[in-house]
Amino acid sequence: MSKKKSRRDFIVIASYSMGAVGAGAAIWPIINQMNPAADTLAMASTEVNIGALEIGQALTVKWRGKPVFIRRRTENEINDSRQVDINSLRDPQADEERVQKDEWLIVMGVCTHLGCVPLGQKTGDGKGDYGGWFCPCHGSHYDISGRIRKGPAPENLEVPPYSFISDNVIKIG
Amino acid sequence: MKSSIPNSQFKNPVINWIDTRLPIFTAMNEAVGTDHPTPKNLNYWWNFGSLAGVTLVIMIITGIALAMNYTAHVDHAFDSVERIMRDVNGGWLIRYIHMNGASFFFIVVYIHMARSLYYGSYKAPRELLWILGVVIYLLMMATAFLGYTLPWGQMSFWGATVITNFFSVIPFVGEPIVNWLLGGYTVDNPTLNRFYALHYLLPFVIAGVILLHIVALHRFGSNNPLGIDIKSDKDMIPFHPYYTIKDFFGLSVFLAIFCVFVFFLPNFLGHPDNYVPADPLSTPAHIVPEWYLSPFYAILRAVPDKLLGVLAMFGAIGILFILPWLDRSPVRSAHYRPMYRVFYVIFIVNMLALGYLGVQNPEGIYIILGRTCTAWYFIHFLVIMPLLNIIETPKALPKSVSDPIFSSGSSGLSPAASRKLK
Repeated sequence: MSKKKSRRDFIVIASYSMGAVGAGAAIWPIINQMNPAADTLAMASTEVNIGALEIGQALTVKWRGKPVFIRRRTENEINDSRQVDINSLRDPQADEERVQKDEWLIVMGVCTHLGCVPLGQKTGDGKGDYGGWFCPCHGSHYDISGRIRKGPAPENLEVPPYSFISDNVIKIG
Repeated sequence: MKSSIPNSQFKNPVINWIDTRLPIFTAMNEAVGTDHPTPKNLNYWWNFGSLAGVTLVIMIITGIALAMNYTAHVDHAFDSVERIMRDVNGGWLIRYIHMNGASFFFIVVYIHMARSLYYGSYKAPRELLWILGVVIYLLMMATAFLGYTLPWGQMSFWGATVITNFFSVIPFVGEPIVNWLLGGYTVDNPTLNRFYALHYLLPFVIAGVILLHIVALHRFGSNNPLGIDIKSDKDMIPFHPYYTIKDFFGLSVFLAIFCVFVFFLPNFLGHPDNYVPADPLSTPAHIVPEWYLSPFYAILRAVPDKLLGVLAMFGAIGILFILPWLDRSPVRSAHYRPMYRVFYVIFIVNMLALGYLGVQNPEGIYIILGRTCTAWYFIHFLVIMPLLNIIETPKALPKSVSDPIFSSGSSGLSPAASRKLK
């Protein structure tokens, strides 16, 4: 009797399991269609001519639909960001790790809190308490190395993958 | 053979024939008709449930009309809304009704919820009724947010960016989830399309949950201003005609106020930045949510940590689900709870303050006030509510709904008015 019962149990469990697997397999395409499509994924790279930028000037370009901040920093700005005690930072990172050439800071212009575009690229913008960028949405302050110094954002502004094709042209992506 | 069919109660032969086979007329009569006994002492605060229902119908009808003229594409969405405003016959009216209807839907529902909080309508045995209401409220917030994205103005775009980024706080899978929600790396055309599809769907989901809300309501009937259980038929009157006429009167007052906004102040509750087309490279200097989400936005900003801020914001809504178990007092109505009555007023003022703070710049005194009000919001639910049952002595409850009316010797007055006379 008990042997018979366990065989029936096996069939019941096996059929419910197959049903669950089948339902999951049927639902998955519906969920997966919401993921980024192939054309969105095709990681477009963008080439930017930065030759026209003077020292102290900034440029915003678009990559993958998001703004990228390019900034040609002054001697003072570079020195300032290197004198900071790294251990005092929320997301400790040396300025040297964040740049390929000292003058050129290239970071995503997307606040790591909730995705707003920080102010500080234009001459009239408020640059926050640390002379870099200030996010108007929820009050995050970034320094001139794009590192988070104050406010709710948890991380530094992201450094996108990029390379110098020549002295005047960079390729982002 | 014929005698074996149980006949319906309706006299009209056509209605009788249909109702015998498909009892929809019986169901309607039991929902809002003469067969729905209702406490006889309900005051005007009990109008807002049916008002919310009417508002949902207005939103669905105007929404379908708008959908016939709207284009869900990033290149055309903003222009198609402008076309609705300028060229489509009566388009401006339909859109202004829909826009302001959203705000008024929230006004009505907030009053409906405040009524429930004051008169203890969420307490046993109506806990599930309350929880279904909170589910409707959550669905409403989701629907409103999705709809606000569709005109593709600056506030649409950045509101969508900020709110979808809430999910990036989830450890490890946060980023993939955000990309899944957006259908890309930023808010873009795939996002607009899916938001449109869901904005069209959710109101019908809300209608479904409202059906459950009404089924749960009819299990034990409406609560009443005295918060005591119904003792006998003497405490009841049929819903129709007494409350149908009262609801219609309330509805006409509501529609009069609504029309003032639609015709004379159509953009008073909105934000001018949403008449600027979306620009993915520039966040408006002063980004704020619509007023009805503002208190929760204030809570989000009050916490200087990303993960904890998002958790506090969702927690502020989540806490409503367990409210029936946080408030341990067996007395429902605040009329008989002298201390809760005071804390209730403080809670409402605190809620209005949070709403105000949510639209201010997060600077200086507003940060401190935001944190104080946020703290009080949680203290009210987590400390005051459970504590009151221990330290508060409720006043004596009347024996029945009829009791306070007749004992005051002025049966024509409402209970509140007769108490004032005493």
